[in-house]
Parts: sequence; structure tokens; C-alpha cells
Amino acid sequence: MSTTLVLPGDSIPLPSSSKSVVLGPGLAASSSRIPAPSSDEAPSVISTKLGLMSSAKGKERSEQFWVEGRSKRYIPAQKDMVLGTIIARHAEGYRVDLGSSQMAQLDGLAFEGATKRSKPNLKVGTLVYARVALANRDMEPEIECFDPNTGKAEGYGELKNGLVVSCSLHLCRHLLNPKFIILPTLAATIPFEIAVGLNGRVWFKTETVSESIALKRVIEGLDSGDIKPEKGDVDRAVKEYLA
Amino acid sequence: MVREIDPPSIQKEFLLAALAEGKRLDGRLPLEQRKIEFVFGEELGNVECRLGKTAVLAQVTASIVKPREDRPYEGFLLINSEIGPMASSVYENGRSSDSEILITRLLEKSIRRTEAIDREALCILAGEKVWQLRLTLHFLSDSGNLLDCASLASMMALKHFRKPDVEVIGDEVIIHSPEERAPVPLAIHHTPLCLTFAYFENLSPILDPTHLESTLCSGTLTVTMNAQREICVLSKAGGTPLSVEEIMGVVRVGVDKVRDMVKIMDEALEKDRENRVVEVR
Repeated sequence: MSTTLVLPGDSIPLPSSSKSVVLGPGLAASSSRIPAPSSDEAPSVISTKLGLMSSAKGKERSEQFWVEGRSKRYIPAQKDMVLGTIIARHAEGYRVDLGSSQMAQLDGLAFEGATKRSKPNLKVGTLVYARVALANRDMEPEIECFDPNTGKAEGYGELKNGLVVSCSLHLCRHLLNPKFIILPTLAATIPFEIAVGLNGRVWFKTETVSESIALKRVIEGLDSGDIKPEKGDVDRAVKEYLA
Repeated sequence: MVREIDPPSIQKEFLLAALAEGKRLDGRLPLEQRKIEFVFGEELGNVECRLGKTAVLAQVTASIVKPREDRPYEGFLLINSEIGPMASSVYENGRSSDSEILITRLLEKSIRRTEAIDREALCILAGEKVWQLRLTLHFLSDSGNLLDCASLASMMALKHFRKPDVEVIGDEVIIHSPEERAPVPLAIHHTPLCLTFAYFENLSPILDPTHLESTLCSGTLTVTMNAQREICVLSKAGGTPLSVEEIMGVVRVGVDKVRDMVKIMDEALEKDRENRVVEVR
């Protein structure tokens, strides 16, 4: 499928050949207040944001569709990995800022091995890596710090030390793509630990302060377009920033 | 009132650790400013100033009004500065936050009260007609240190602006259109510019704090100076107390910085003048 630009409200023609279709961010089944011209059996799909249509083959011959935009404001979606700051705590859990319009709820028991008697005690201002468990429109999202399939932490939880950088949602999504060459290129010169949130935040930890600053500047440079996402360009930038 | 969410605590720890090593998060030296950029608009007196990602647009317009009874020879300079939600989502329309009041007051002090503009030169006909200049500031993006950026944008717009030439014959005033006669620049006495320093406990001060640095610092100090080594305004609104030596230290740094900034302004103006047709033949 060629890349096409879609605007909010555009109806998206979906191929009828594939068995099942997975709708990703930026797409929604139309609530069809206005009936589609050819209102046969397939419900019409509309885009909800501006961006480029993308698609990929998913599991079992299903096809995935989503819209890739340059937005900076995060809208929570289920199963997204996010970085949030704890801004308040109450009896049952915490309120966490994800950078979205509403605060998220983090249950005090939503941690690996947490019980009523022993649950983690996090301070206000702590950075947590979490997974969005519930995200409905007009409701506060809920997040959790463990994988519900295994019950293990799987890397979620409190992040200590290191540095957080904000960037566009677009870049975050790309950083998570294993084929995107930036992280392997950076890792060749700077050893680091990284957590990418899909809400436009990236956390990383390195040995020294100057390495962290260099990483931060590379990510910000990629975001503003000063550095191109190519191996040579990134290498040159790292060398310059570490000097 | 929208309250801004505090950055995570690890951010503060990292920032302090970096500053202790004399490093800043964007790779600057402690007393280094972000890159200053000017973008001139089509009209005279329309300038956008960028300081890193902070951006302020200044616009000067002139109109003819009647002067005050007690000061018949003086023109007016009005400054409009309202920070709207375009700069950052913490600012609201129609409701001024503390930081907005502080910025407005300091701009007023450092541009109007320092007599940067010769107001008597704005007189056309004593007691009858004077020029009224209106300086409108649009805060486009807040990435820290709006004040310094706004003062740079304001002074640049005033330097860039030219008012229409007027001719007085007896009691009659003829205003020449720019096509007829070249407009004349304003009479500017000096160029006062703001410099903001942020202080952290037990660390040396830093110039031109970013948004993160200004939220985490223990206090800021703003000095307004001109290239003639004069302190026009010194403002310290709260924060940790400072000793005389500390203040004198930043003032000495400021002298050189202001000279450099004035030089950058003059170069940008010169470049713009080459590409602009003002003179009429």
C-alpha cells in the first residue's frame, strides 16, 4: 500500500481480502451517524488524526493499519508502554502524569508480587515505567507495572537515576522499531540502559554525565531534524558531543 | 489555575550532578547563552527573536495622538505584553500569572523607564500632535527565559522600525507616505538588554536558564544593562540571598555579554538593510 496522507474524518478504504483487520492509533470504526454511500455490510473506518497511512502484515494473515503523525500530545491506548511521573499518592494507589489530558491511575497492587501487606512505597516525583491497562475515552486511564500474562515485572516499575527526555511520539515509535538503526549505532560508542515510553518520553542511564548529555542532545537533534537518522550523521554527532 | 507538573525527581538529581561538573544539559557552558536568531517580517518594526526554542515576536506601530497637558513635548511608548496559551499550556488567556506580571513589569522598567527611546523626538507639534508608539509582543514559545528574549525582540523591533516622515508648515502637518519620502528611524539613546542568571545552592550561577533549569533553580537574578557599562535595572524577586561579590561577579560577566548581543543585533540589522528597499528616489 502506498503512503497516503489522511485528514481527520477521512474514510479509509480497507481491502476486503485479508481475513481480519487490526486498527491501530489514529483509526476508528465510524459511529456512522452519516451512513456511508455504499452501506453494505462492512462498517466504514475513519481516521481521527492527520498523518500518513501505514500498514503491516500481522499474525495469522491479519493486516494492521495505523496513522503516523507528528503529534506531541499523547492519547493513551491499551498495551502502550509509557513513562509517567507520580504526582500524588492516596490510600489505594498513585496518580501518574503521562503527559496526556488526564492523569492516570496506578493501583498500589499493580506491581510484581504485591500483596495487601507488602506493596511498594513510591514517593511523589518518582518516574515509573508502566503499561496502559485500560484506556477508554472520557475516563481516566489505568496503568500497571507488571505484565498480566506472566505476573512478572518484565522491566516495568520504578526507574532510578538517569535522565528523561521529551520528544515527539513519532520518534518514540521509531526508537522501538528494531530495524531503526539509531539505538544500535549509539550503543556502539556509549553503553546505556534505555526505556522508551510511547507517550513521548525516553529515559536512559549511562556511566558518566557527559555520555548522558550526548545521548540527550542526539535524541533532541533527531527530533528537531538537525541530525538525520543515518549511521554517519549520528556517529558524527556523538563524536562532536562527547568531545 | 493550571499548575505545571513538576519534573520527576531524577531530573533534578541529574541536573545538579551535571552542574557540579560544570556541564549543562544542552551542552552549553555555565555562562553561555543559547543561539540568538532574528527573523525580520515584511514590515518595518516586525521582528521575531529566537533564543534556542524560545521565541517572541515584536511589532512596533505608530499613530498620531494629542499629548498630555502637562507634557506637551513628549510622545508615548506603550508596551503590550500578554502571554497567551500559545507560549505554553500553563498560561491562560485573560488571567495573568505571576511570572507574566513579572515579565511585563521588568520590560516596562527596562525599556520605558530607562528612556531607551527619545520621547521628545516623537513630538510633531507641541501640545497638539505627537507620535504614539505601540510595541506589541507575542510570546510564541516558552522554552525558558522569556524575559531576555522579549527584551531582545523589543529593542530590535524599535531599532528596525521607521516612522513616516512629517513636515510642519505653520500649523499644518503633512505626513509623507513611504513611497514619497523615506521613513525615518527612531531616536534611540541606548540599548538596554536583560540578562537572566539562575542560581543553584553551592554552585556557580548560570546564564540564560532553560525551562527545566528555571523550574529547578533556587533563585534567579535579572540585570538590565547597556553597552555603555551601565546597570539600568537589577531585579531579584525572591529566592536564596546573594552576597555582594556574587552579584558583582555576574554584573562583570554581563558587561561583555551585552556588548556581544548588541553586536549581533547590529550585524543582523545591517544584513536586513542590504535586502530591503527603504530609500526612495
